[in-house]
Amino acid sequence: MLLALLLLAGAWLWSNTRANLAARQIHSGFHFLREPAGFAIGEGLVPYSPTDSYLWAFAAGIANTLRVAAVGIALATFLGIAVGVGRLSRNALVRWLCTAYVELLRNVPLIVQLFAWYMAATEILPEAANPLEFAPHVYLSKEGLQFPTPVWAMGWALALAGALIGILCAVGLYRWARARGERTGHRPRVFWAALSMALALPLLGWLSGGAPRALDVPELTTFNVSGGAGVTPEFLALLIGLATFTSAYIAEIVRSGILAVPHGQTEAAEALGLSRRQVLRLVVFPQALRVIVPPLTSQYLNLTKNSSLAVAIGYPDLVSIANTAINQNGQALECILLIMCVYLTINLLTALAMGFYNRRVTLVER
Amino acid sequence: MSAAAAGARGRPDTSRAPPTRARGPLPWLKANLFASAPNAVATLLLGAALVRVLPPVVRWLVTDAVYAPDYRACRALEYRAACWGFVTEKHRLILFGRYPYAEQWRPLAATLLVFVALLVTAHPRSWRRWLLPAWAVVLAAFLLLMGGGALGLSPVEAGLWGGLPLTVLLTLVGMSASIPIGLVLALGRRSRLPLFRAASSLYIEMIRGVPLITVLFVASFVFPLLLPQGLRLDVLARVALGITFFQAAYMAEVVRGGLQALPRGQYEAAASVGLTWWQTQRKVILPQALTLVIPSFVNSLLSTFMDTSLVTVVSMYDLTGALRLALGDPQWRHFFLEGYLFVAAVYFTCCLAMSRYSAWLEGRLGSWARRPGAVQA
Amino acid sequence: MSEPIIQFARVNKWFGRFHVLKDIDLQVGRGERIVVCGPSGSGKSTLIRCINRLEEHQEGRIVVDGVELTEEVRSVERVRREVGMVFQQFNLFPHLRVLDNVALAPVCVLKLSREEAEARANQQLARVRIGDQAAKYPGQLSGGQQQRVAIARALCLQPKIMLFDEPTSALDPEMVKEVLDVMLELANQGMTMVVVTHEMGFARSVADRVLFMDSGRIVEENPPSEFFANPRNERTRDFLAKVLPR
Repeated sequence: MLLALLLLAGAWLWSNTRANLAARQIHSGFHFLREPAGFAIGEGLVPYSPTDSYLWAFAAGIANTLRVAAVGIALATFLGIAVGVGRLSRNALVRWLCTAYVELLRNVPLIVQLFAWYMAATEILPEAANPLEFAPHVYLSKEGLQFPTPVWAMGWALALAGALIGILCAVGLYRWARARGERTGHRPRVFWAALSMALALPLLGWLSGGAPRALDVPELTTFNVSGGAGVTPEFLALLIGLATFTSAYIAEIVRSGILAVPHGQTEAAEALGLSRRQVLRLVVFPQALRVIVPPLTSQYLNLTKNSSLAVAIGYPDLVSIANTAINQNGQALECILLIMCVYLTINLLTALAMGFYNRRVTLVER
Repeated sequence: MSAAAAGARGRPDTSRAPPTRARGPLPWLKANLFASAPNAVATLLLGAALVRVLPPVVRWLVTDAVYAPDYRACRALEYRAACWGFVTEKHRLILFGRYPYAEQWRPLAATLLVFVALLVTAHPRSWRRWLLPAWAVVLAAFLLLMGGGALGLSPVEAGLWGGLPLTVLLTLVGMSASIPIGLVLALGRRSRLPLFRAASSLYIEMIRGVPLITVLFVASFVFPLLLPQGLRLDVLARVALGITFFQAAYMAEVVRGGLQALPRGQYEAAASVGLTWWQTQRKVILPQALTLVIPSFVNSLLSTFMDTSLVTVVSMYDLTGALRLALGDPQWRHFFLEGYLFVAAVYFTCCLAMSRYSAWLEGRLGSWARRPGAVQA
Repeated sequence: MSEPIIQFARVNKWFGRFHVLKDIDLQVGRGERIVVCGPSGSGKSTLIRCINRLEEHQEGRIVVDGVELTEEVRSVERVRREVGMVFQQFNLFPHLRVLDNVALAPVCVLKLSREEAEARANQQLARVRIGDQAAKYPGQLSGGQQQRVAIARALCLQPKIMLFDEPTSALDPEMVKEVLDVMLELANQGMTMVVVTHEMGFARSVADRVLFMDSGRIVEENPPSEFFANPRNERTRDFLAKVLPR
């Protein structure tokens, strides 16, 4: 009976939609994706021009979202762990500063922080003609951050391939060692072997490609900085805003994870004579990690979702580009559906990875 | 403790007071700031950094700042100190949006009414049957004060509502409307009928997987398409609806957590006395589950309050949006930092109060809520 | 008699304002087995936790194996190497296998090689008759098995003193015996032991001295024959009446 009601309501909404769309002369369907987009995108990893299709524009948007999310996650994790551990420090000054950091960042909405960072980047930073020089040839100005990059050559491609193979080998080595340990009760130490493999193979790749050393270096000209690679102030503002905001939440997760380890564990380890550092490294952190990782993953997802706020400061992420597209061709339903699909896919993939990790590290019980 | 017990049994209590050497400021300093060599170094470095940074910041913020709405004085500062004159000049725009100047006592009164109602609700002693109807009255009074059109108040259309009262309204409506929907979803997710379970789970997972901006876009672009031709829904109503549907998914998870925390024994006891499913839910399960999740509920309230700031993206002038409106004035544009600090301070005070309250509440309810059978009617 | 291995001289301890240990004087000789009993809250656990500095005393002196316990980290480390402790809640490390649990301390504290540490660990596990469980995780073992592993873990450092803080109180009744048997063997091998327990049968058969504590003081101290037959103090009599089966 309830089902019938829901179906009726659905049918009514659907007929309304069709009438409205017809009245506005909007054609449904996804074939608009093949038409040229007609708008420019400010930055990105994907080469794009306004004559490319809408589909390509969306791809560029996804690439931008993933770009800011990946760097943001790395930065936020680093900051979050540091501040979380700092909140448990014995030093009262460190504790107080970390607590202030967490409370200030958690209690102000992210969009307010983003606006503040963005306006700071565009108003306070110097003009491009007179940038700040952080390190030799690294320039910060209203146009963003510009830094030297290596000129792409065969050697670098080989190095990248070598790095990938090296990491795979290192992981393989660890798995072999663990299996061996379980079989014979004696687990071989593979840390140095794995590390050298992960470093040596890319080095080999680079050398065999002719050891390319050419750099594309930004140079200061009369009007601005040219050359090198750069990131826009929008990217910087979004990155710093997202990373600091999320790091405050990560700090809380790390702190409660460490506190969740029963005190008896620390006592037993201390009674055995282990030093404070050994106690933390061997007994507390491994157990804390199990408590920390699930909420940490949901914070990573939050960061990815929050990157959608880029639309407010003009960074061309997926939502931003979809917004432009909707305003241009009125295909609201399709574009929004696309956005939702992308985010749900990211969610699903992360949930799967999380489930996989959880099953592997669950404490073995009867 | 045995000391008290000893006294009760008529034996002498031979306890002494602890030696004063172990307490006092000097041992505290030693233990907290200079416990070891690296600690001492950190204290000295941080202390030095603070001493260098704090006085100039305080001077910039407070001492050398200009407080009067004097544009020329502010420009003369050339950023060497804060220009709070911007806030003095524009604070009514920031706090109340585009609401007509003469009638601004009405949103002020409405917001104060809500704050008072919150203070009253905060204490567990006021959690009685009359609380919910009281809130309905408060909400109605709020809408009446803001909208007018009766009791001699001139009508003010919803498009002009803005600033802090708009934030408060969106939070309130979003939270209160999402509770019944969230409840239905949570019960649906745990139902034995596969259709309800699938539908509820699908809705919850979909909404939780997408950013709020998407939902706001749906509200602003898609809702007009869903309505029959000729019927137009105000952007405020649409956004409020969007926030409600978004929050309902999270509320469903909060309620589900409470339902799961209840021991199986409660269900079994109700079944053994012969209550129907609906009676069990109404009389036994929900009262206890909802009490258990009150701290999570307060956290939801806090996150909704912060999320309302996103409506500036769909061109509504809540507190954040009104600030951007104020910064649109080319004269005062350069003092954006002071503006953002002001707005951040408002959000910060409200949110800090809420999170401290949530922690206090959790402590208060701790012993009470952990005995689910002991909830009072 | 030679120098006592544990010495308490007018030791007082406070938890905040609460006076938990009052003027404790105690001497424990090498190879002696001491059982401490008393009502809950009397300070018995606190007393033995002061021996390896899991709790700090505010007044008095504690000397363990010739080393005085002060705030100095080195003295604490030296003492902890000679004192092994077994907890009521076992406190095994759940993320490590049994063998790794036991071998952890020799590797980290005694700086032995992995092979030597594991050989020692296997030896100790065999001593408590649980050698076949070396590859399992603590979560897979019963309570009694876990406690025996905990004893092996403490023994692996070859300590001179073993402290037991209510080792059988968290066990199901049928597993108490297996742990007490291990403790009995240990006692027969000449280990210095200080045991906090409610198991009066163990006290009667193993202890050299039984201490009764109440409200932070050592009220009575006697060999078990005297202690159980002629308790001198009224409080001791009260306690024994409640604890001993009729």
